[in-house]
Amino acid sequence: MKEQTPMGMNRTGMQMSPLDANAMQAAPASMTPATPGDDSALAQMRGSYISESDPIGSVPLPGTVKGAMTTGVALLTGDQPQLLLDKLGERLAFERTGTRLYDALITKFETMQDTSTSMTLADLRKIRQDEARHFAIVAEAIQSLGGDPTSQTPCADLVGVESMGLMQVVTDPRTTVAQSLHAILVAEMTDNVGWELLIALAEDQNQSALITDFSVALDEERMHLQQVQSWFQEATLGESISNGAMVDDIADANPSQLH
Amino acid sequence: MSLNLFSSKGCPLEQQRFTWRDMVGKPISKLDDDAFTRVRVILMNGIELDALRFQHIAARMQRELRLPLARIRRTEQHQATMINWLLGPDHSPLETTIAYEQVAIEVTAAVAQREPDPYFAQAYRFGLLEDFDHLYRYSALLDRLEGKDANNILQNYTDILPGRPTVVEHRSPEDDLREPYDRAAAPLTKLHAITITAGEFQTHDYYMNIGPLFADPVARQLYAEIASIEEQHVTQYGSMINPEEPLLEQWLLHEAAEVYNYYSCVQQETNPRIKAIWERFLDYELGHFHHVAELFKQFEKRDPAELFPTDLPEPIQFASQRDFVRQVLAQEVDLRARGTQFVDKSQESQASIDYRTHINSDGSPSETVAAGYIWTPGTELNRKVAVAV
Repeated sequence: MKEQTPMGMNRTGMQMSPLDANAMQAAPASMTPATPGDDSALAQMRGSYISESDPIGSVPLPGTVKGAMTTGVALLTGDQPQLLLDKLGERLAFERTGTRLYDALITKFETMQDTSTSMTLADLRKIRQDEARHFAIVAEAIQSLGGDPTSQTPCADLVGVESMGLMQVVTDPRTTVAQSLHAILVAEMTDNVGWELLIALAEDQNQSALITDFSVALDEERMHLQQVQSWFQEATLGESISNGAMVDDIADANPSQLH
Repeated sequence: MSLNLFSSKGCPLEQQRFTWRDMVGKPISKLDDDAFTRVRVILMNGIELDALRFQHIAARMQRELRLPLARIRRTEQHQATMINWLLGPDHSPLETTIAYEQVAIEVTAAVAQREPDPYFAQAYRFGLLEDFDHLYRYSALLDRLEGKDANNILQNYTDILPGRPTVVEHRSPEDDLREPYDRAAAPLTKLHAITITAGEFQTHDYYMNIGPLFADPVARQLYAEIASIEEQHVTQYGSMINPEEPLLEQWLLHEAAEVYNYYSCVQQETNPRIKAIWERFLDYELGHFHHVAELFKQFEKRDPAELFPTDLPEPIQFASQRDFVRQVLAQEVDLRARGTQFVDKSQESQASIDYRTHINSDGSPSETVAAGYIWTPGTELNRKVAVAV
């Protein structure tokens, strides 16, 4: 476990193996490819699949539409009622995953006892609670429209795909707090835009009852973004400027042999 | 220093124990560890998975062996876990694919040069040129899909050039079978066949599992195509193993192959933490070998030393085989298989030509993905930018 990224025997580049790197680039002309074309062939194949593809899936029908629920539920109006439900599903999924991202960051922060930023455990716990509450707000909103907050909408599915890399970075035991904060920053930036769009959509569809809660959530998310951005900068600049570069002392790093 | 299978009893089976923490340790570094450490990790996972595969099939064949098979399998399972979990999570499935092809190329090339039987050496060289082409196609995909340089994984040890074009590797099944080795063949011939079959089987299964993880239809097609060739390779290499060998003889040979491969890893590993794992598992495999040797005596009424009259051969060499591969490429790229023999492409069977013509009739993913692709350090965008400037 490292608090800072060391300088060391990274072997991925050409400079680490000068002899083999030369050989690698000195293949006889007869062996270098003369295949015709370029990457447009790949684009063409993608295009043919795009034009024939089915959608990822559908937005589940709300109870109001099915007729199963008629009382105490706001009626969805507008040209595309499914769009609001899909985007609500997306925020719900994102806030739920966001809560788990902060769970992972809290463990890393506590374990590493990182002091490279002004970030505190209380700060992280507060944001984590905000994310969980935002999840609950969206779940209630979906219910108020007769939707099913336990379903996974297409946009919810896709933010899950998008977030896979973020979760991989934050839960990797080898990553630093600064590296984890970069992943969290991606999430917070996206989340801010997501809430802005959701509020605009609710206004467009005359769902004014939702807007108050959503506006509070957006304000909190804006605060999260500012905090995370500033912690990320402290952690990163603190590493490279205040402390200087470290040389790798990983116990099992093997000696570099030029090849 | 060579190893004699009978000079050390290894670790007794009942002392081969694991905890979850033990099995799931620190992964190797994708960035800092030597590429050949990852080559060994992938190869040994393949060997262990093949041990499990073989032992499960064996259990279907012979009731009396079910309990000892189950006991040894439990350890093989946990060995495979400990080894495969050494791969770091920052490898994308496609980057791991590049590493799999590096294993196929470098290990098969090393085996081809050491193989005492000229027919099998030819078969290894034949398969080698096909895996070599797969590396080129997957490198084009990695560059054009993820914007990454395959050489970050290969570390300059392995060329990224076309081999026998994947589009012409599709053959009719009768042209994928090979003659099996003679039961009196040199032990090294048998160990090679088991090793390379195991490696190719693992590669096949890996592609079959990860192919559907890709969103990109080009990647999905390319994995479908190359997985099909890996199935042909498993057919080729698997048919080298003599089908007249009694089941227990095959099991004993498999355990010997596991010992031989760990022994090869121990001899050459540069990462001390990983070397300790190879040493531990060499000891475990010697334990398995002796356990099975006792069963061999009991059921086959034969002396296991008949199969291994001398010390184990010199270890498999884990090193860049660039010069050999280039030489084979220059001389044998136009070979094709006809029945169990290798012929010039002008003599290829009509059955294979017909099969290939149909399967490629809606287009060829391996041709599409690599159209005009020339590997350049830092990806082809580096070359295009340089040209544009």
